Amino acid sequence: MSDLVLDNLNMVFNVSTGGTVHALKDVSFTLKTGELLSVLGPSGCGKTTLLNIIAGFIRPTGGEITLGDEEIDGPGVNRGMVFQQGALFEWLTVAENVAFGLEIKKTPQAEIDKRVDEWLEIVGLAGFGHVPTYQLSGGMQQRIALARCLINDPDLILMDEPLGALDALTREKMQSLVLKIWKETGKTIMIITHSVEEALLLGERLFVMAPRPGRLHKEYRLPFAEQGLTNDLRDVKGTKEFGETREEILTMIWNMEEEIMGQV
Amino acid sequence: MLDLMFEYRGFIVGFIFLALIIASIAATIFGRKLIRTEKTDAVFGNPSRALGGWHWVVTGVSFILLVWIYYSWDMARAFYPKSANELCQIAKLDFAVNPIRSVFPLDNEYLRSTTLLKREKEQLNNLENEVNNLELSEEAQAHAEETIQLMRSALKSLTSSEFLDSETVNKLAVVESQIKEITNNLTKEGYPGEPSAEQVKLAESQERWGDTGNEIPLHPSSPRGYKFDAVAKEMKEVSREFGRIKNNNSTFLSQVDELKDRIAIFKEVIKSSKSSDKALADKQVDFSKTLRRVLQRIDDGLIFPPQSMEGIQAALVGLEKEKNNQQGGLGFIDSWMMPGGTIKAGTTACSEQGSGRWLPKPSDTLRTLTRISDPDIGYKGHPLLWYKQKPVSEMVDLIVPDFIAALIPGGYPQYSEDGSLSSNFKSKVYNFASGNFESFSVPVPSGHIWDSLLRVLAGLFFGIILGVPLGLFMGLSRFCKGFFDPLIELYRPVPPLAWAPLILTIFGIQDDGKIFLLFMVAFAIMVISARTGATGTQLSKIHAAHSLGASSRQILRRVILPNSLPEILTGIRIAIGVCWGTLVAAEMLAGTTGIGFVENVARKQSDYEIIWTTIIILGLLGLIFDLIMRWVINKVIPWRGKG
Repeated sequence: MSDLVLDNLNMVFNVSTGGTVHALKDVSFTLKTGELLSVLGPSGCGKTTLLNIIAGFIRPTGGEITLGDEEIDGPGVNRGMVFQQGALFEWLTVAENVAFGLEIKKTPQAEIDKRVDEWLEIVGLAGFGHVPTYQLSGGMQQRIALARCLINDPDLILMDEPLGALDALTREKMQSLVLKIWKETGKTIMIITHSVEEALLLGERLFVMAPRPGRLHKEYRLPFAEQGLTNDLRDVKGTKEFGETREEILTMIWNMEEEIMGQV
Repeated sequence: MLDLMFEYRGFIVGFIFLALIIASIAATIFGRKLIRTEKTDAVFGNPSRALGGWHWVVTGVSFILLVWIYYSWDMARAFYPKSANELCQIAKLDFAVNPIRSVFPLDNEYLRSTTLLKREKEQLNNLENEVNNLELSEEAQAHAEETIQLMRSALKSLTSSEFLDSETVNKLAVVESQIKEITNNLTKEGYPGEPSAEQVKLAESQERWGDTGNEIPLHPSSPRGYKFDAVAKEMKEVSREFGRIKNNNSTFLSQVDELKDRIAIFKEVIKSSKSSDKALADKQVDFSKTLRRVLQRIDDGLIFPPQSMEGIQAALVGLEKEKNNQQGGLGFIDSWMMPGGTIKAGTTACSEQGSGRWLPKPSDTLRTLTRISDPDIGYKGHPLLWYKQKPVSEMVDLIVPDFIAALIPGGYPQYSEDGSLSSNFKSKVYNFASGNFESFSVPVPSGHIWDSLLRVLAGLFFGIILGVPLGLFMGLSRFCKGFFDPLIELYRPVPPLAWAPLILTIFGIQDDGKIFLLFMVAFAIMVISARTGATGTQLSKIHAAHSLGASSRQILRRVILPNSLPEILTGIRIAIGVCWGTLVAAEMLAGTTGIGFVENVARKQSDYEIIWTTIIILGLLGLIFDLIMRWVINKVIPWRGKG
């Protein structure tokens, strides 16, 4: 098993104008294998910092963080990442983008071809392998980013507002795709988002974070992701329970924002 | 084939000229029609309205070529090939009559006598004012003032008709009647009769217009030509006679004699007084010299009484009128077919003056280009672009460094007692590395164009392979940026040509110096563009590559380098342009091959055709470079601007 364990994580940034910013304060939680976690919070609450620490792009100033039995120190292939704008390599074709991680690992070409085809099939881009990525729409680019991340078979998938830049329709399709992948692969997934609806749909567990200093404010355990696997997403969103939870969280975040405004 | 083309050059140029006119008119009509039928939005400022429009390209190109053909007089030569020869004969008359004409206010504002008189009077006034500043003795000053007064009266005896002697009056009358005679000859049909066999032979044996450079056939070959040639010869004699006429009346001559004595005395006086003040003494000497010079000019006797030459002037006007009358349609050709200049005659030749001279005719330019493209002719003993056989050993010498022989253990062989020389492995390697062996030859390109090309490409090559890595590291490392930035920013703003004298002195005027100069130019540009490219890499792409397991080296090669390609390629495109410009200028400074060298030699010889040819070659090469780069950019970085 490879659970993600965060123990008393602290992150303090030095600001160039002098002084410090407490981006994360005493963050502790355990994410079990196969769990789907969404993180929500007002801007400046340290969501992205938290993700970057887990991905290993930055080192925390305090606390411990382990994945499985290994301490996280720097980026690694066991944690895949999907970025908001896709961060695709536009000089490569769709297939070459997806194959990037396997090429790095010096996988035999025949196996690369086979697995790339498989994954393009899964994300619904079969037959697009030879197309340059800059010719594709935002939704298709995000599918490639997903495939590029998943083909590496990571233990943990981190998503940084992956659907933020998409239009409503594409977004809904992508939400189903994420749920489908979660179900079929059984991967641990952590999604950061600023959309309450998305956080409710794509989270078995949901953390609401509070700013200044960034910290975990409240945790929810939600049934909507499970429901979304079998039902239409719009039906799930239409339930009374979904509406009530959404209003509750919206009010919570609204109050946090008000508090910040009051402080200024 | 080419000879045939030159033979019918006139027809070809004429045909092309007409074809160009038709093409531009047709394209213009098409364009007008398109504007009428294209009922898209009529808003001013919509950039998409500038798209397309090949027909205007046709009009533009035709226009340039038409202007070139017209102003270089290629059209005149195509349509009126014999006109230049006839105009030359007319120019001969102009040339012959010019010594007389220039005396009269026909082409100038004043009569020559007026100009001279004005000048001498001014000089005398100046001298009069100067006298008081010379601190002369009273006696000497009086002497000087009297001398000036006497000069004034000498001028008067020239301008007054009462002193003019009858001999001069007769001579002037003779000139007048001779000019009238010549005018009369011009009106005669068939003057001066049938040309002699010798004249016909000369006319037939001479080359046609444009067969050699700017030379225009000198000998007359048409009835009108013979007539003008004949009267020009007569006019030449008259001009000579006129030039000998002087206003030497007796009163004037005696005044001049007296003035000469007076000036000599004055000279003695200031010599004996020997002023101790050196500046003052110099002033006095200058004064006496000026006095003598004014006298010498007056002594020429070129000033005549105002009315004495009116007859000659009228005769000249008559001659000019008759000349215009007789030249007929040639006047039209001269002013409309040969714009921006005319044909002038000299003592031994006729030549084109104005744009016909400095703007080479397209057909001549093509001929020159064809001629110097011939590898056997070339320019200054070097072909433009050809190949030569080069032994492989020379290339081995260039590529393999000599020191590899020194790496082999042991020593070089010595001669033996009997004087024979042996070799061992070490000496064999040395012979190989220094190119000292028999080898077959392979063809390699050579020539002025190739030399220039090679220098640019070599400079660019070193600039890229050294500049790009450094630029990338400067974009990624604070140390690299801080350490190398001062070096590059200090030498880069200096205009490359300002470095040229220094670099060429250190590295030599041949390839080494120029390549190093171009390397410096390309290096700075490549460093800066690669740095911009590296700094512009999105962090998320690097993060993504890290999460996919890429090492630092892999990220540099697979993410940062391709991501910087647009900037690097733009940098190369700029570097090619700057290198090309720098190279031509550097070749003009020093060297013995290259296109800049060719142009510089042509400049020294005022060989306009070669100058234009090199300009055209440079333009075409620049265009080819740019097209190649555009193609490469489209092929290599199609995502540019779409990422």
